[in-house]
Amino acid sequence: MGLKSDAAPRPVSVPVPGPVRLVGRAVIAGEAEGPLLHSGEPLSFWGGYDAETGRIMDLRHPLAGENGAGSVLALPATRGSSTTAAVLLEAIRRGTAPAALITLGVDAFLSLASFVAEEMYDRVPPLVAVDEEAFRALAGWPRLAVCGGELFRRE
Amino acid sequence: MTAAGTAASGGALRLGERDRAFLAGEAGEATRLAMRILTRMAEVRGAEAMLDIERAHIDSTIYVGDAGLEFAERLAGLGARVRVPSTLNVSGLDEFHWREWAVPAEWAEKSARQMRAYESLGTIPTWTCAPYQTEEAPRFGQQIAWGESNAVVFANSVIGARTERYPDLLDICCAVTGRAPAVGLHLEENRLATRVLEVRGVSEALAEADDFYPVLGHLLGLWAENEPAVIVGLPRKPTEDQLKALGAAAASSGAVALFHIPGVTPEAPDLAQALGGRAPRERRSVGLEDLRAARAELNRRAEGDLDLVALGSPHFSFADFGKLAAALRERGGERHPACRFLVTTSRAVAALADRAGLLEPLQAFGGQVTVDTCILATPMLPAGVRRLMTNSAKYAWYAPGLLDAEVAFGSLGECIASATAGRVVREPSPWD
Repeated sequence: MGLKSDAAPRPVSVPVPGPVRLVGRAVIAGEAEGPLLHSGEPLSFWGGYDAETGRIMDLRHPLAGENGAGSVLALPATRGSSTTAAVLLEAIRRGTAPAALITLGVDAFLSLASFVAEEMYDRVPPLVAVDEEAFRALAGWPRLAVCGGELFRRE
Repeated sequence: MTAAGTAASGGALRLGERDRAFLAGEAGEATRLAMRILTRMAEVRGAEAMLDIERAHIDSTIYVGDAGLEFAERLAGLGARVRVPSTLNVSGLDEFHWREWAVPAEWAEKSARQMRAYESLGTIPTWTCAPYQTEEAPRFGQQIAWGESNAVVFANSVIGARTERYPDLLDICCAVTGRAPAVGLHLEENRLATRVLEVRGVSEALAEADDFYPVLGHLLGLWAENEPAVIVGLPRKPTEDQLKALGAAAASSGAVALFHIPGVTPEAPDLAQALGGRAPRERRSVGLEDLRAARAELNRRAEGDLDLVALGSPHFSFADFGKLAAALRERGGERHPACRFLVTTSRAVAALADRAGLLEPLQAFGGQVTVDTCILATPMLPAGVRRLMTNSAKYAWYAPGLLDAEVAFGSLGECIASATAGRVVREPSPWD
């Protein structure tokens, strides 16, 4: 009581540091928005992404326990099993896939699953390949909107 | 191999006359569908051309849900036929023994439909994740399109055939067209090692232990990710099954599709040639402490009761059955009533092992064989089976996520002793 500090935090809105728009290459062009799940660690969808629920189930992965369904999922790449492609295809069929996917460079497995999905199903999540600088820059974004190859920060 | 770094530019793909005819539907709708997917993939990978393949190995056979089944049946319904000899990877079902386990009938029915669909394409029904140990193995220098991560790394590294890491569904598109994008490990210049892994302080006895190479592979995968690495400093030449275990582990913990060992693998007569005369991008030296740490990562359940001991990922070879039979004969005894003992392999290898009398000691021990699939690819394990032991780094890597299981990792001898005791048993080993 009676103690006044000059250093007391004041509620001001601080401009967000860093870019609010980034550009990559649209492997699958489309529009989507969702909360961002970002990790620098590659993920095998087989044994790592539950196509029934969208839960990330590789216990070693930093995103373990998060739900990828409806998110914008940013990963450097996939790893491990060839079956990763079939798991993403199944998640797209069931509607448990991420709303959009972002990879560091082109990931063959997620790209292929998306191409097959375009032959078979109506809704295919946008897939954007970005470079290293962009991949790092978007790490702190809470939400993200994808439009073609463009990525927009959303709060 | 996934393209690291910046997105590939693409746009310069030149298709051959036959490719264009396929795209125009002149060879039927199935070929057209496969070629369309293949062309999009080639463009996004930045391929300038397609190349002919001589073989394919189809990983898409694993039933993971209705999407894969719908795709297989669409191809079959359109009358697709493979244009090159195409072996089949594991399925989602052991058609002979599934009723002895907890496989739901609906899963069995759909997996069987997927098996029939892929068989109808004119494929070779090997039903194994170790196609390199069948008579359908590729030869040095052949361009092939292989799925199944452990098969890819073996074909590239140990045989010297040339394949990318093919995703499910793309493998069958390559088989149906006989074509593949000319990128990545299909091209000579991308096959040189860019990393050197130097192993220090490993005794001959440790290098001979059957749980050494899975551990080394696990460590290699975590470090090398998707780059070709050359391994130096091994005190003795590994056997075929040791190279198989090394590759399978590295292709699970990482995206390794090719490794070299000077004097052992065909594209590495010596270190300089493995590197193509260039300096490596990265170099790492690992000693016993690093290897012990990697082993501890695989061995997450260090002690306690066990529900199952599972061997055979990748599928047990005929030589593996010989070693297992000898060890079981020498030790005698039976498995603990609460701990099942399972070996996964292909129907062909199981039949050979049976003819050679190698299954008798396994049956006397109370063990079982599952063919054409594995514990990761079919929901065979009852809900109560949560505590596993294995000598396979691939099982140890995937079982926690796929099966929600705790896994102990150990040598073949420790696996047998543990199954007998019903709990994790450690034996004196060169790791001590």
